[in-house]
Amino acid sequence: MQRSDRRSFLKMAGTSLGIGVLYTAVPAAAASGEIGEMFDFTGKKNGERVTPFTFVQLSDAHVGFNGPPDPLGTKAFERAVEMINQLPQQPDLVLFTGDLTHDSEEKDVHAQRMKQFLEISRRMKVPKIMYVPGEHDAGLDGGTLYREFLGESNYSFDHRGVHFIALDNVSRAKPEVGPEQIAWLKKDLARFPKSAPIVVFTHRPLFDLRPEWEWFTSDGDEVMDVLSPYENVTVLYGHIHRDHEQEQGHVHHYAARSLIFAFPDPENAPEKKPIPFDKDHPFKNLGIRMVHEKVGARPLLNSVAVEDVELTVREFSGINGVQQILKNPSL
Amino acid sequence: MIPALLLLVFSLGAPHKAQADENPRVIEITAKRFGFTPNQITLKKGETVKLRLTSEDVTHGFFLRPLKIDEEIVPGKTTELTLRPETAGTFTTICDHFCGVNHGNMKMTIVVE
Repeated sequence: MQRSDRRSFLKMAGTSLGIGVLYTAVPAAAASGEIGEMFDFTGKKNGERVTPFTFVQLSDAHVGFNGPPDPLGTKAFERAVEMINQLPQQPDLVLFTGDLTHDSEEKDVHAQRMKQFLEISRRMKVPKIMYVPGEHDAGLDGGTLYREFLGESNYSFDHRGVHFIALDNVSRAKPEVGPEQIAWLKKDLARFPKSAPIVVFTHRPLFDLRPEWEWFTSDGDEVMDVLSPYENVTVLYGHIHRDHEQEQGHVHHYAARSLIFAFPDPENAPEKKPIPFDKDHPFKNLGIRMVHEKVGARPLLNSVAVEDVELTVREFSGINGVQQILKNPSL
Repeated sequence: MIPALLLLVFSLGAPHKAQADENPRVIEITAKRFGFTPNQITLKKGETVKLRLTSEDVTHGFFLRPLKIDEEIVPGKTTELTLRPETAGTFTTICDHFCGVNHGNMKMTIVVE
């Protein structure tokens, strides 16, 4: 098998809808007749055949946040949960990329916010929901409360042939992963071939997106040194409360919108201030990407009617792990 | 008070060995949730200055990527930095050690003329 074939064995599509991010990973070469060969290859190497599945990324609910600009509290988060439960094709899993709660110096208050977050989150009819903390969850206490509720903040697991890695870049109080976790990451990845499909989910961007807005991870370059030899790596993160896509060699980075308020484009904004609340469009800029995918067919848009949600359609489909490459302008 | 002496001299882009003036101008900067005092300082290009950083409450960060500054300001200690900026500009320094609800807005400006 040629190198390019090994690298193009998954297909991913997404559509912007309003809240959260929904990814579908399907065999890209389904129509080419090569898929069996590729799956045989990846199955041998990874121990599990890659099979089509769907997952959702949600981020930055900030449960407990009650200041301007957002007077709606958890409404966007709850709406996202409803939307996911109404999807015709239920996702296999949800990845929540941090800032589940808004911080409080009173432990009891923060614990109550965590309970409220989990009460809403567990309404999702999804078999598996996986989390990483944001700085508002774990920055003040080094992640103690987070771990009491949700267990370890960095871990990995395999799902249908894709390797998922949860990285914690908030619990050390500074925007960093730390040498211990980087050593763990090297060890975790050592058993995989360079062609393995890998999804990293974390809170802060692993690159210098806007350091003066604290949109960076100080040792992100060291993390990328570990990830970059792998050919199919997708990094999903939150923190910046807006869409962003970046490519670094084989690694593609995608930010999710938030479920509380949006930040502006730093290229056009003089300072980091939330976009003002628009009462006529309360969920504006709290976006979503959603996919309906059939093996061997072009991606289709699921029609999801969401009252009050700004509907902006943006579909991506492509290859290379769970990465977005080709835009589909017809949707 | 335990001084944490971090005698570093930076030019914009790359740190280099200190060739600091014997008696550089000293600028005291205090960190307190959720701001720095003063919140703006002005330096001259090529001037050696010493920043003396202290915290009045919790641990804060002092981070400025273009100057390769990444320090902690721990209560009860003084963190000292020696700078000699070589490029003019306006730079935003942030607290990058999470310190509470308004941490994300804790910043100050360094102007180099």
